[in-house]
Amino acid sequence: MSLLKLDNLETYLEQYHILQGVSMSVEEGSITVLFGRNGAGKTTTLRSIMGFNPSTTGTVHFHNQNISKLSTHLISRKGIGYVPENQGIFSGLTVEETLNLAKAKSAGETEAKMEWMLQLFPDLKKFWRKKSGLLSGGQKQMLAIARAYINGDGLLLIDEPSKGLSPIMVEKLMESLLKMKEKTTILLVEQNFLMASQIGDYFYIMDDGKIVHEGLMEDLKEDKETCQKYLGIA
Amino acid sequence: MEVFINLLVNGVSTGLLIFLLAAGLTLIFGLMSVLNFAHGGLFVWGAFSGAWIFTETNSFLLAIAGAILIGMGLGWVMERFLIRPVYGNHVRQLLITLGGMLILSESIKIFWGPNPIRVNMPGWLEGSYQFDGIIIIKYRVFVIVIGLLLYLALWLLLRHTQIGLMIRAGVMDKEMVQALGINVKGLFTFVFLLGAALAALGGALLAPYSGVVFAEMGMQYAILAFIVVIIGGMGSLQGSALASLIVGVAGAFAAYFMPDLSLALNMLLLVIVLLVKPTGLLGEKGSAV
Repeated sequence: MSLLKLDNLETYLEQYHILQGVSMSVEEGSITVLFGRNGAGKTTTLRSIMGFNPSTTGTVHFHNQNISKLSTHLISRKGIGYVPENQGIFSGLTVEETLNLAKAKSAGETEAKMEWMLQLFPDLKKFWRKKSGLLSGGQKQMLAIARAYINGDGLLLIDEPSKGLSPIMVEKLMESLLKMKEKTTILLVEQNFLMASQIGDYFYIMDDGKIVHEGLMEDLKEDKETCQKYLGIA
Repeated sequence: MEVFINLLVNGVSTGLLIFLLAAGLTLIFGLMSVLNFAHGGLFVWGAFSGAWIFTETNSFLLAIAGAILIGMGLGWVMERFLIRPVYGNHVRQLLITLGGMLILSESIKIFWGPNPIRVNMPGWLEGSYQFDGIIIIKYRVFVIVIGLLLYLALWLLLRHTQIGLMIRAGVMDKEMVQALGINVKGLFTFVFLLGAALAALGGALLAPYSGVVFAEMGMQYAILAFIVVIIGGMGSLQGSALASLIVGVAGAFAAYFMPDLSLALNMLLLVIVLLVKPTGLLGEKGSAV
């Protein structure tokens, strides 16, 4: 069953026509990966879903409800957690304050979600009173994901979480996302094919603001031609 | 010694009055990225409406409450109809808030005429304290106590309440705050009303302090508040408090020893701070307290 459905999204950033009729769906309980080169429109797709860059035409349905005309804060309150590409860390807030802020407008069992996140990312407990801006890159990513999970309720949009992380951190991140998949649905934007192909169930490939390929991740792994053409993988 | 203590008390009390104006200004800038030149207009409306209510009712507490309510009402209108349509456009903000300042200052003359108005001191705050031959005016002590209490209240609001947490996060990353389900427009309105209330309160407290109010005083104090906000670090409440005290005390000493250089001294302080630490004394991205 589709938890999130995008239908023919067209988004402009100033005079630039970024999304040119993007349609895709995210199945409940899955990890769906959105691939594409730099500038293909992946981040804009997530930002359009969140209402930061609203589409001019097309619709976004979440739980069969049209959310395309809602403001960002109302979209978030529907249960969509968001991890931006730059992590969006509140550098002057402590880890505790950041996660408490995530609970403020969250639906669902926030205490249970918080506890689980602290089990999954024990470093957050360790640096509970530390300013978020002083955490390492990997810890910041954990905090951004935990914040989105606690704030959201059913769907996480995660934008390039492996960017700038060491291979060990990417490995840890992968394990964490796989565990999180048991409790939430994830739409992941990623350029790290090796990582994403190991955890994803479905994929979409974007090029020049359009979806050019979609299907099961297992099939993409075998499709060398598509991988080479759109993802630059030999 | 007497002169030194008197100048210090004068400087601290004037500094804390400027702080009331600067606190709102710095929070509005930090959260909303709006340089609100009309803020001085709210200050002067607070001064006139407070003076008028006090004259009519002889109740200083009622005068303060009335001035705050009028300031908040004007602040709501300003935020809703002047500022909100120009969020994100600094040139239009500059023009529209300067226009708002002029409208607020000139509209004072419609209600209270073009001449300055004399304001009396409330009876219970008249007189002075004497210690070892040093005379300290009671009203100045009152202003210092109110200023410090308000600083403490603002600090507690920002540090220990959920809305304070949201404001601090909003100062750091407005977009991410929205992505957490927080209505940032509502937060803007709250901060703007808080700033308007503080500005109006500052005006109402200044009226008996200076003994006379006039329509152009808004711009005069707004310039001081802008200097304070820049010296302290834009968006930093603690920075504004510290800079208010520095500007107030420096102004009091300069007015006594070199009166002609009083405003120039503030500008000199501003230039020195900008050269040595361009982000201001306590200013850094992501710091609202």
